[in-house]
Amino acid sequence: MTTSRRTLILTTGALLAAPRLAAAQETPGVTATEIRIGSTNALSGPASTYSVITKCLTAMFQRLNDQGGVGGRKIAFIAYDDAYQPPRTLEQTRRLVEQDKVAFLFNQLGTPTNSAIHRYVNQRKVPHLFLATGADKWANPKEYPWTIGWQPSYRTEAQIYAKYILEQKPNAKIGLLYQNDDFGKDYLHGMKDVLGARFDAMVKTATNEATDPTIDSQIVSLQAAGCDTLVCGIIPRFAAQAIRKVHDLGWKPMMFMTNVSVSAGAVMQPAGPEKGVGLITSDYRKDQSDPAWANDPGMAEWRAFMAKYIADGDLSDNNYTYGYGAGSTMIQVLRQCGNDFSRENVMKQATNIAPMDIATLLPGVQVQTQPGNYNVIRQMQLQRWDGKSWVRFGKVIEGANT
Amino acid sequence: MTRMDESLGPSGAAGGSRAWRATLLTLGIFAAVAPAFLLESFQLFQLTMAVIMALAVLGLNIVTGYNGQISLGHGAFFAVGAYVTAILMSHFDWSFWATLPVAALVCAAVGYGVGFPALRLGGLYLALTTFSLAVAVPQILKHKALEDWTGGVQGLFLVKPDPPFGLAVTPDQWMYLSVVAVAALCFWGTWNLVHSRIGRALMAIRDNPTAAQAMGMDISALKTKTFAASAMVTGIAGALSAVAIEFVAPDSFTFGVSITLFVGMVVGGVASILGSLFGGLFVLFVPNIAEAISKAAPGVIYGVILILFLFLLPGGFAGLLRQIAARLTRRRP
Repeated sequence: MTTSRRTLILTTGALLAAPRLAAAQETPGVTATEIRIGSTNALSGPASTYSVITKCLTAMFQRLNDQGGVGGRKIAFIAYDDAYQPPRTLEQTRRLVEQDKVAFLFNQLGTPTNSAIHRYVNQRKVPHLFLATGADKWANPKEYPWTIGWQPSYRTEAQIYAKYILEQKPNAKIGLLYQNDDFGKDYLHGMKDVLGARFDAMVKTATNEATDPTIDSQIVSLQAAGCDTLVCGIIPRFAAQAIRKVHDLGWKPMMFMTNVSVSAGAVMQPAGPEKGVGLITSDYRKDQSDPAWANDPGMAEWRAFMAKYIADGDLSDNNYTYGYGAGSTMIQVLRQCGNDFSRENVMKQATNIAPMDIATLLPGVQVQTQPGNYNVIRQMQLQRWDGKSWVRFGKVIEGANT
Repeated sequence: MTRMDESLGPSGAAGGSRAWRATLLTLGIFAAVAPAFLLESFQLFQLTMAVIMALAVLGLNIVTGYNGQISLGHGAFFAVGAYVTAILMSHFDWSFWATLPVAALVCAAVGYGVGFPALRLGGLYLALTTFSLAVAVPQILKHKALEDWTGGVQGLFLVKPDPPFGLAVTPDQWMYLSVVAVAALCFWGTWNLVHSRIGRALMAIRDNPTAAQAMGMDISALKTKTFAASAMVTGIAGALSAVAIEFVAPDSFTFGVSITLFVGMVVGGVASILGSLFGGLFVLFVPNIAEAISKAAPGVIYGVILILFLFLLPGGFAGLLRQIAARLTRRRP
């Protein structure tokens, strides 16, 4: 008697569980009440200043859960430390996918770290969404359909400079100074994208190594070649040298500087703020220290979020505005999914975002994706150094990857 | 560093009966192979990495533990081994197994070269010199003269070998079994080395170089060859790691790797072969434990665990085993 009862209970249990098991296989990481999302970041090690991005995203999902979640489900956001070491990124990503069985991966930090898992996630067909890296290689839907970046790449930035140059000075003689690595070469590729066949006639290039003591000779040679426009894809230390050298030579080119090397404290002050007047760069985010955004509704939304969820956060740290932008994009994709959080549908929605505004991005800079175009942010606005601060000018410009 | 001289002279266990040794060996093989069929693929991958780290720690132990030459640069040999395998596999389509001996030889040659300055430098100076090697390697790998081979900052991708002869195991299981087989071979070889005449010479040089020389030992030849053997073992570990991860990049081989290996050696037990195995497990799993305790400051927790370990087990894990063994033998009538 007892045996048959036990059998009955077990059979009933198994029958009840079976559909759930089947459903779980179709949509890993998704239950009736929860969606599991995985991420890795440098929570320890030399790159750990970026760990605030994870803090920001965790708080954003907390806010979403407080508001009732999405599709009737709460978000469980699991972020592991990879210490910015590619082997550990693979280990932690496998833990997320195989052990924690997350639905998909979101905003993992770093170029070498994401490279280490690029093939793994694409073989397994796990959505690898909105990565925290500026490399150009993430927008490659043909070979890596499951990986998509977020921020504008250096290549997009260079395209924007080239477009502006063609508009202002169609017959410019352009000097391009870039660092001889992947970062620098993205500027070369971006200029070629826009100038095409005219590149060889219009552009004179010079390169530097990250280990060079100075770049004075490159600047002098570009001036001697008769360039009237100068585009620099170089790291902050050389940026300060370049600004000073150009000024000291009495050369007055239309000068562009990569937006990784335009910090007022680290570049403009050492170069001499008066020597950099007229220098042009670009941005896609609202600068929270800019008084222009004091009454901006988007930034007010961000400040309210910070006050409620990350009260101890440093408001001058722009990783929080970055994280807010990436998080908002992710939440939009989740909302678009309706009630189908399968990996196929998540990827489909992530690559079908209609142009949308984001609270912490500049007006006119929109987030958008199409199945054939994985460049999520394609626009930037130029800004010019006035001797004290960066002043935005002109309309937002779109890169050439459209 | 404490002087370990228990390995000098024939140990008691070696005198045990043949049947006893055969049983131990069978049990050992079983314990090494069983995880391949018991663990899930992710845990198996972790264990694979732990065995690889253990092998790298073993390499460091040969030169630092047994020969007393402090090296903070073994991450460099790890990187060289990984890159030799990666370059041969991705540029020349070599099979993984064929690259192993080449990686071993290249690393031995590099280690032999590094062994020469080591002759003139002792103690802390040698530690710094080898450390500079570890710092330099990622930059050398990025250099444009080598970029065509190393893939520069982007690194190189390779593919895990498939199980041969249609064996019914997954690539992860096959990888684990291959790594265990290679590691077992290296551990066995190292065991034989340190328990041989040469091994005793190495320890004699460590403990009293003057006396060793007076006994007629060729110190410079032995020291450079030790460096070569040590670099070779660590390089083989690097080669295995390249295939297990299927990716190499300069950022995977920062000087942090060298420090990790050093930590593994000290925690496991200096001049201990079994200790190296424990060291490998420690450096792979303890950071994850630290992170599970605190996501806000995993580095701090890791540091605390490390200090606790050194405080409670000053002789490393191997020291603990020796203590237990000493008590057991003392109680025996």
